Amino acid sequence: MSSDSHDLVSADDAAHPENPLAPGLPEHKLRRTDIDPRAAKRAERQVSLLFVIGALTPIIFFFEYVYIPSDKLIHVPLIGDTSASNFFLGLTMGIGLFCVGAGAIHWAKKLMPDVEEVSERHQLRGTDAEREEAVSQFNAGVESSGFGQYKMIRRTLIGALAATPLFAVPLLKDLGPLPGNKLRYTLWAPGVRIVSDVSLNPIKPEDIPFGGLVSCVPENLAAVEAATGNLNARAKVPVVLVRMRPEEIRAQQGKNWDYQGILCYSKICTHVGCPTALYDRKSHHLLCPCHQSTFDLSDAGHVVFGPAARSMPQLAITVNADGYLVAQHDFTQPVGPSFWERG
Amino acid sequence: MSTPQTGPIVKAGGAAADYVDERVGVSKFLKKNLTKVFPDHWSFMLGEIALYSFIVLLLSGTFLSLFFKPSMTEAPYHGSYIPLNGIPMSEAYASTINISFDIRGGLLMRQVHHWAALLFLAAITVHLLRVFFTGAFRKPREMNWLIGNGLLTLGILEGFAGYSLPDDLLSGTGLRIADGIVQGIPVVGTYASFMIFGGEFPGTDFIPRLYIVHVLLIPGIILGLITAHLMLVWYQKHTQFPGPGRTEGNVVGYPLFPVYTAKAGGFFFVVFGITVLLSAVASINPVWLFGPYTPTEITAGSQPDWYMGWLDGALRLMPNVEINAWGHTLSLNVLVPSVIIPGILFTAMALYPFLEQWATGDKREHHLLDRPRNMPTRTAIGTMSLSFYILLWIGGDNDIIATHFDMSINAITWTLRVMVFVVPPLVFVITKRFCLSLQRRDRDKLLHGYETGTIMRMPSGEYIEVHAPVSAEERAKLLAGHTYRPLELDREPDENGVLPKRKPLDAARARLSAFYYAERIEKPTPEELHEAEHHAHELEESYLAQIEGGSAPAGSEHAPTRSEH
Repeated sequence: MSSDSHDLVSADDAAHPENPLAPGLPEHKLRRTDIDPRAAKRAERQVSLLFVIGALTPIIFFFEYVYIPSDKLIHVPLIGDTSASNFFLGLTMGIGLFCVGAGAIHWAKKLMPDVEEVSERHQLRGTDAEREEAVSQFNAGVESSGFGQYKMIRRTLIGALAATPLFAVPLLKDLGPLPGNKLRYTLWAPGVRIVSDVSLNPIKPEDIPFGGLVSCVPENLAAVEAATGNLNARAKVPVVLVRMRPEEIRAQQGKNWDYQGILCYSKICTHVGCPTALYDRKSHHLLCPCHQSTFDLSDAGHVVFGPAARSMPQLAITVNADGYLVAQHDFTQPVGPSFWERG
Repeated sequence: MSTPQTGPIVKAGGAAADYVDERVGVSKFLKKNLTKVFPDHWSFMLGEIALYSFIVLLLSGTFLSLFFKPSMTEAPYHGSYIPLNGIPMSEAYASTINISFDIRGGLLMRQVHHWAALLFLAAITVHLLRVFFTGAFRKPREMNWLIGNGLLTLGILEGFAGYSLPDDLLSGTGLRIADGIVQGIPVVGTYASFMIFGGEFPGTDFIPRLYIVHVLLIPGIILGLITAHLMLVWYQKHTQFPGPGRTEGNVVGYPLFPVYTAKAGGFFFVVFGITVLLSAVASINPVWLFGPYTPTEITAGSQPDWYMGWLDGALRLMPNVEINAWGHTLSLNVLVPSVIIPGILFTAMALYPFLEQWATGDKREHHLLDRPRNMPTRTAIGTMSLSFYILLWIGGDNDIIATHFDMSINAITWTLRVMVFVVPPLVFVITKRFCLSLQRRDRDKLLHGYETGTIMRMPSGEYIEVHAPVSAEERAKLLAGHTYRPLELDREPDENGVLPKRKPLDAARARLSAFYYAERIEKPTPEELHEAEHHAHELEESYLAQIEGGSAPAGSEHAPTRSEH
């Protein structure tokens, strides 16, 4: 391939007879500081002033650190109320660092030589002789080690090197348990009371206004969280309760899964698992603020817009003997994002 | 200046240098490298900004690590930030609040760290664009292009890991999305998710694991790659823009010592200083306002850091395609935008230098940079890809656009879904035309000179605009670069008159090469330049003759008008 490449390229600039790059560098122009000693002196003073600011700011910083209480707020025009400590410490440190840098650059630009120098490039590729020598040295090494001669050593070495990474496989296994069917079940179970996510109080049907949306969790969540010390259960159980007039409900995921027009849907988006939040009481659309997947809660939680592919899972509810809303049973499908085994 | 200073500092420095040289022979290294020449151009500082922000990240990050507690153990908060008093939260979040309110200068360092991270990735991105559009990735710098690609990828991961650590509501939601993406990977998704999180999301293992990845693993690799990146720049010497005296065989610029030491060292302080000033006046990631992470809550209008915006946008714009068959689910709505599209983009970017070299057939070293107009197809590919990236990025802001401009989010999303297919090809075509026009103009300037704006009225009453030849510097700039022509991979019969077998990919290669170079503006040949010069000279003589003679000479039909060339 290398043989056919060169003649296909035209007008290589180095070979160009009118090569304009040949005339050489343009004439160097002297700076003011090169010819006027007063200008040079002025530049020297400017650079030194910048360095003096750089040297003084840490001292100011020290006083600010000691004397500005970290909870003091000040009003700064355009910024608003802000932490006095952060504002003054940052201003002082920023100005100081900037001045050190500006001083060095000013020095370089005004007082250091500004004559451009030319340095030749050398071919990166080794010469043919160098290459030959390298190859022959390498071959001599291969020869003297017997790598070519001792077939058994060569093969067992390759085998051994290929096998050693396998030590890591069992060691990494305990990074986490196998998924099993954990993604299929939540804390919801027959008779588990639905409680408000905020007050943790159980809810009666009359607590849910028409058009309203209430975020809820199962009553047993608090105890489970206290026992496990993690948020795993909480990541799957959140639900929303909405109330519509029965004639507004066009479809549900199961017969009689509502209770007198009160519907309960998972709050976890079926796209990638954000909690949904925005509910439009007129259209009964529930919107996920992360990627705008929109679910129609009056129509079995179907996706009406956005990247989510699956309907929002519905939780079948009823009331218990005391008149509190409870789950009929767990979700009948996994909540949250889709996964390979979900089916 | 002429007499050497012999103050105590210089003496001590000399003694130290002597000590080191006797042990490691440092003078041999310095002798070769102190006067190493670096070319000067503002765009060469973009990579420097990335390097300096990385140093700022190491410094501020070390400070933060002294106070941050990477733990997901939940406990009610009782600190000086009253609004969160008594609220259960992870130690990670609580310690972030403490750094912000109880450690003096802690908030400043947090903001410096975050601003530096944004700057780091912005500088890498713009540096990458500079390298791409000027062809600095060409031989012998392909390996450094790959290292740079690796740095960008790791930088994005490192940034995401960093802003996930505080375990606030915003970052926790980001991790929930990441977990949803991992679960969407075919076959191994749930296993990978459980191994990453130590079980179900969110678990209590993840923040400590992410912490060590963020403070040791990724920065260690980044540091190693940056070292290799700089060593290659050092060894191969920097590229330079064409100009008088600048050839493929030399480097023109200022010496490392003292000029570049002062300029680059000073620039580090300038970058650091500006980052600190930003952190003083511009609040960033106020995690105390977001609250601790809980899987049940969300804030509307939440946005990731800028460099994640395009990925978030891809996730938002993708239609909801999911395949269910044989008891398995393939979530194309998640897989395509978050794995396949970034995978294709980054692979294509990494392979680009090799693709272009294949189409060009040019195996020589290139040390003079291209002016983007002189490589119209490359430039067009660059702007096309950039427009795709920007459209996805805008997609990540579709909710913000909808609320700010009171528009329908559905309409915005659908418009963008169409635009990501329509706009990039348009941008390609427009850029290519634009480059070709600019090249045509350059050619005109070389052959006919530039328009001086001086209008002359001839004795015959005719008006002409005086053209003047371009300066030597301009000429050098305009003439630099190669004119490539499509590869002709015709097989030539060997000595027995037998056609050799066609190489399997020759047809594709010829098509690619034609795609690149079939349409081109040739640089003027030496003969053309010579003739143009001659012609200009003749014209000048004919004008002079007219002016002096007061009547139109025979050659007046050659009088130039704007339309003639």
